[in-house]
Formats: sequence, structure tokens, C-alpha cells
Amino acid sequence: MAYLELKNIYKNYGSGDATTEVLSDINLTIEEGEFVAIVGFTGSGKTTLVNLINGLITPTSGQVICKGKEVKETSHERGVIFQNYSLLPWLTVGQNIFMAVKEAFPKKTKEALNTIVEEYVEMVRLTPAINKRPKELSGGMRQRVAVARALAMKPEMIIMDEPLGALDALTRGDLQDEILNIWGKDKRTALLITNDVDEGIYMADRIIPLRPGPKATLGPEFKIDIPRPRDKTALNDDKNFKDTRNAIIEYLMDIGDARKSEIQEQIILPELEPKSFVGYFKS
Amino acid sequence: MAQDIVLKENKKSMVFLKPITTIFKGKLSKEKWLLSAKKTGITLASVLLFLILWHFGSQALYNKEANYKINKTLKEQGAAAAEAERACIYSGENNCQPNTLPSPLQVWQSLQLLIADHYVIKADKKAFEEKMFATNEALAAKGKKKITYTGRPSFIDIVLTSIKTVFAGFLLALLIAVPIGIVIGLSPFLKSAFNWFIQIFKPVSPVVWYLLVFMIVKTLYIGNSSDNSFVISFISVGLCAMWATLVNTAMGVASVDKDYINVAKVLKLGTFQKIFKIILPSSLPLIFTGLRITLSVAWMVLIAIELLAQSPGLGLFVWEEFQNGANDSNSKIIVAMFVIGIIGFLLDRIMLSVQQMVSFNKNEAI
Repeated sequence: MAYLELKNIYKNYGSGDATTEVLSDINLTIEEGEFVAIVGFTGSGKTTLVNLINGLITPTSGQVICKGKEVKETSHERGVIFQNYSLLPWLTVGQNIFMAVKEAFPKKTKEALNTIVEEYVEMVRLTPAINKRPKELSGGMRQRVAVARALAMKPEMIIMDEPLGALDALTRGDLQDEILNIWGKDKRTALLITNDVDEGIYMADRIIPLRPGPKATLGPEFKIDIPRPRDKTALNDDKNFKDTRNAIIEYLMDIGDARKSEIQEQIILPELEPKSFVGYFKS
Repeated sequence: MAQDIVLKENKKSMVFLKPITTIFKGKLSKEKWLLSAKKTGITLASVLLFLILWHFGSQALYNKEANYKINKTLKEQGAAAAEAERACIYSGENNCQPNTLPSPLQVWQSLQLLIADHYVIKADKKAFEEKMFATNEALAAKGKKKITYTGRPSFIDIVLTSIKTVFAGFLLALLIAVPIGIVIGLSPFLKSAFNWFIQIFKPVSPVVWYLLVFMIVKTLYIGNSSDNSFVISFISVGLCAMWATLVNTAMGVASVDKDYINVAKVLKLGTFQKIFKIILPSSLPLIFTGLRITLSVAWMVLIAIELLAQSPGLGLFVWEEFQNGANDSNSKIIVAMFVIGIIGFLLDRIMLSVQQMVSFNKNEAI
């Protein structure tokens, strides 16, 4: 049985004439231990999709089914790494993670919880910054804290909403490896939402493009058959990688163009000829 | 680490002292010394300019008033009387001084007089207490009330009374406004229930608040002969000043960043935990901005309310001096004005430091 299933999901915002159909006819199945990436343009409804899966919002129609049960609210089984870190600025790195761990394991003693916090801070290599506040950290460090917070709750599934979108290319590569490492250790189910096709191919088993909204829907899936661990530099010359990437980009560009031409309104210019003033001012 | 940051930030609020403190620290490069000397110099120069303008301004007013007096005497009583008046005025005789804006020097003398007066009264009070000690012991043994000193309060006592009133009022405002603000902010339903109340009572003047509190407290104190002016004035001050805190708290609680609410949902925090761990901490900066406004409003309305309530604070002092019309009354009023200003400034700085201490976003507090 699939770990997570989306069945005929539709999501509208607003009502009456002001209704916008953000998502339409979304069907997706994710197996346990699988790493799935969804790529799409900004504003195509990716975050809405994430919020549906983690239970922050409910679909207008259709069902989100996790382990055979319908998702109606958030759960500790599905950990979320938010796009904008969402760390609490008045708490230190350690306190931010501690708060999450305490909620996930309410029965453990304080010492046991602290050990978990330290373990995960160590894992994202932030031990020297454990008593710092988010304000004092760089973007990459903050995102690592967010990763540690989500993972420390030991969720069965990790949902990542453009987790690396705001980072520079180098930090990005670094964190990609880190996330893959952690995922590889106990093969949790993972869903990555991204706007970077390369990132998707490098990290995921399967890539599914999201056709941009309104009425965003999932496109055909692309399987990535590159053995792990993947080497980023070697990947650039890999034929398989290149073909897959080109196919996905082509697909995304095509629907992008199609959308543009749909929107474009033809403006018909009146037929005018410039008037000639030659000899006009001679009396 | 957190402590370090807080300490550093604290100094920021005392930035006006920076030139002086850096000099005392003695760790200065030449340029920095020059820069802080410049800053201090500019401040001192502006103070000096202010004093000079004040001095000449008060002198001009003094001359105008003096000339008017002499001319009036000349018209009504003849040249000889006018000459006598002129001599009287310029001899510095107290009875015939023109009543106008005092010069800085007079104000300075009044301040010294008030402080000297404080020691006289203090000694007086001590002597009285010593004298009544035996009697009071006897009265206490019988279970009767002690005889206390009822002489006039000194200027320092007056200032202390005012500060006490303001803090009592501020505390009252805090205890009323913060909890109500949180409840209103949390529930849009209660917000609409309370909104008319806030909108109508917020702009009411301190004088009217005083009258309202007076009506209620007077009745509650019926049959009780003790002085209720303090109670009336601090309740009025609190009610008058609490609105900024109430509105800011409600706004802070209602406008918590949606990301934090999402975090609370994903972590599955309970209602109370959500309030105490997410909503309150994130609205603390706004609550403290409100409290800072409340404290400065409290200090401002205090003067008017003390005057009406006959509470022995600065407000009453200013009013009584004005009614008194003695030779040095005007300069005492100006002394009170400066004391009010300086204490208000210090209170604001204290609140700013506290505000920066609790504020996680250090740039937000202004």
C-alpha cells in the first residue's frame, strides 16, 4: 500500500465570482521510502499543495490519504521544512528544536530530550551556534536549524517546501548533500517541492512537474534512474541526467509558453499612415 | 550569550550619554575623542544658547512689566510715587518685583531653596517624631491611631508622591490592559463586543476620568475619614493611560505572523501552549511599545489629575504656587517644570531599555 495518496484533489480559494481554482485534479501516489520531487514555477500552487499534504488546509474536494487514513489535521508523522524557515526568533537554536522534540515525545525526560536536541544540532553541524538566536545566523544556518527541527521529531515522512530556495548556490549544494545523507540513513519517505530542476534530479527518485496555476495540475512523471550516491560533478556529463533534465525543462517551458500565449491578447492597431508635411508650410 | 547581547543593547538606549561614557572609559583613539568631544560640545553649546535666550527673554519681559508698573504709578499717583516705585523695583526689594517669567538664575536659586527647605522639613519631622515617640507608644498600646507629622511636604516628598502615583497608575493600567488586550486580540468575537467601549472611552480627557473615579471612590469611601486623594489620582491616571497598552496588546496578539501559527499547528501545540509559547512572545515587543506610551501618558496626565484630586504631588504644587503668587512662585513653577520634564525623560529611557531587552527584533524598538 502506498504511504501517501492524493486522490482527485481540487482546491479553491475565495467564493462566488472571486473563486480562484488553485489546484485541480491532482493525483499522486508516494511509496514508503521514496524520494519524490515536484518542480514548478513560482506561484503555481506548490505551497498550497504542501499545506494540503501536511494538513494545514483541507482540499475543496478529493482526499489526501496517509497510511490508509484521510488527512484532516497536522500530524507528527509528517515533518515539514518550511520555505521561510519559520524559526521562532525569541528562542535559541536549541530551544527551537527542544520545543518540537518535547511535543513529539511528551513522555521522555528532559535529559533524554536534550540529548536528542544535541544529536540533531550536531548532525547539521551547528553545535557551536546552539545558544544563538535565529537573527544571529546566516540563511544557510537557519535553514539547517529548520531541517534539524523537522527531523528531530523523527517523522515518517519529510515534506520540504522549497527548503533551499533562498540560499546561494554553494550553500544549496552543501545542504542538498546533507539532506540526502540524513534521508539515506533511515530511508524515510520524502517529498521535495522545488523550482530547480537540477536539484530535483540530483535528489529524487521521481520528478513530477506541476503545471502552473490557476488550475494547476500534475504533469507526467519522470523517473530518475541514476544510482545513488550521485556525484554532482559527474552528473553534469551523464547522458541520462542530461536527457531527463532537457525533457523536464522542455515540458515546463512548453506549458509556460502555452500559458503565455493563452494570456496574450491580440491588439489590433488602426491602419494609419503618417501624414506628409512636405510643402505644407510654404505659402 | 543572550545576556551579553542584552547588555550591549541596553547601552543603546542610553546613547545620549555615549560621549560622556566613552570619555570615562579612557579607551579612545584621537579621532574618536575628537568626535565625542564635538558631540558633547554641540550639546553643551545648545544648552548654553537656550539659557542665554531664556535670560535675555526674561529680562525683556521684566523690563516691560517694570516700565508698565512705573508708568501706571506715574499716571495714578504722580511723579514722586513713580520715582519711589522705580527705586523700589531696582533695589531688588521683594514686595515690588514685577511678576513675570523668571530668569535662569532665579530658577536655580529657587531649586537650591527648595532643596534646603527639604532638609529643614526633614529635621522638623524627625524632631516631631522623637517628641511624639512616647505618646505614640502609649497610643499604640491602647490600640489607638498614632499621631503623625502633618506639616507641609517638602519638594522632594512631592516629587516622590508623584512618582509613586504614576507607578501605581501604571501598574493598574498594566494589570487591566494587558489581560483584556490578549483576550480581545485572540477572539474577533470579543473584539467586536469590546470595540465600542474602547473607541468611546479612549479619547476621554483626564479631567473627566478624574470626575468619574471621584464619583465612585467617594461613595466607596463613605464613613472612612482617611485621605483618598492618592487612590483617586492613581486610579484616574491608570484608566487614562491604559488605552495605548490595551490597543497595542490586542493588535500584537491579533497580528502574530502566520508562519508562527503554522509552526504551532505543525508541532500540534495545545491552546494554552500556543498562547504562552507562540502568541505572547511574538507580541511582547508591541505590548511593551504600548506600555512605554502608557507610562509617558501617565506622567503627562498626572499633573492635571493631582491638581484636581488635591493629591500632594507636583500637579498640586504647581497649582498652589500659581495661586500663591509669591515673589518666587514663578521660579518654583519653572523648577517643577524641569523636574517633570527630566523625570519623564528618564522614565521613557527606562521603558526603552526594558522594551529592547524583551524585543527579539532589535531594530523594531525605536
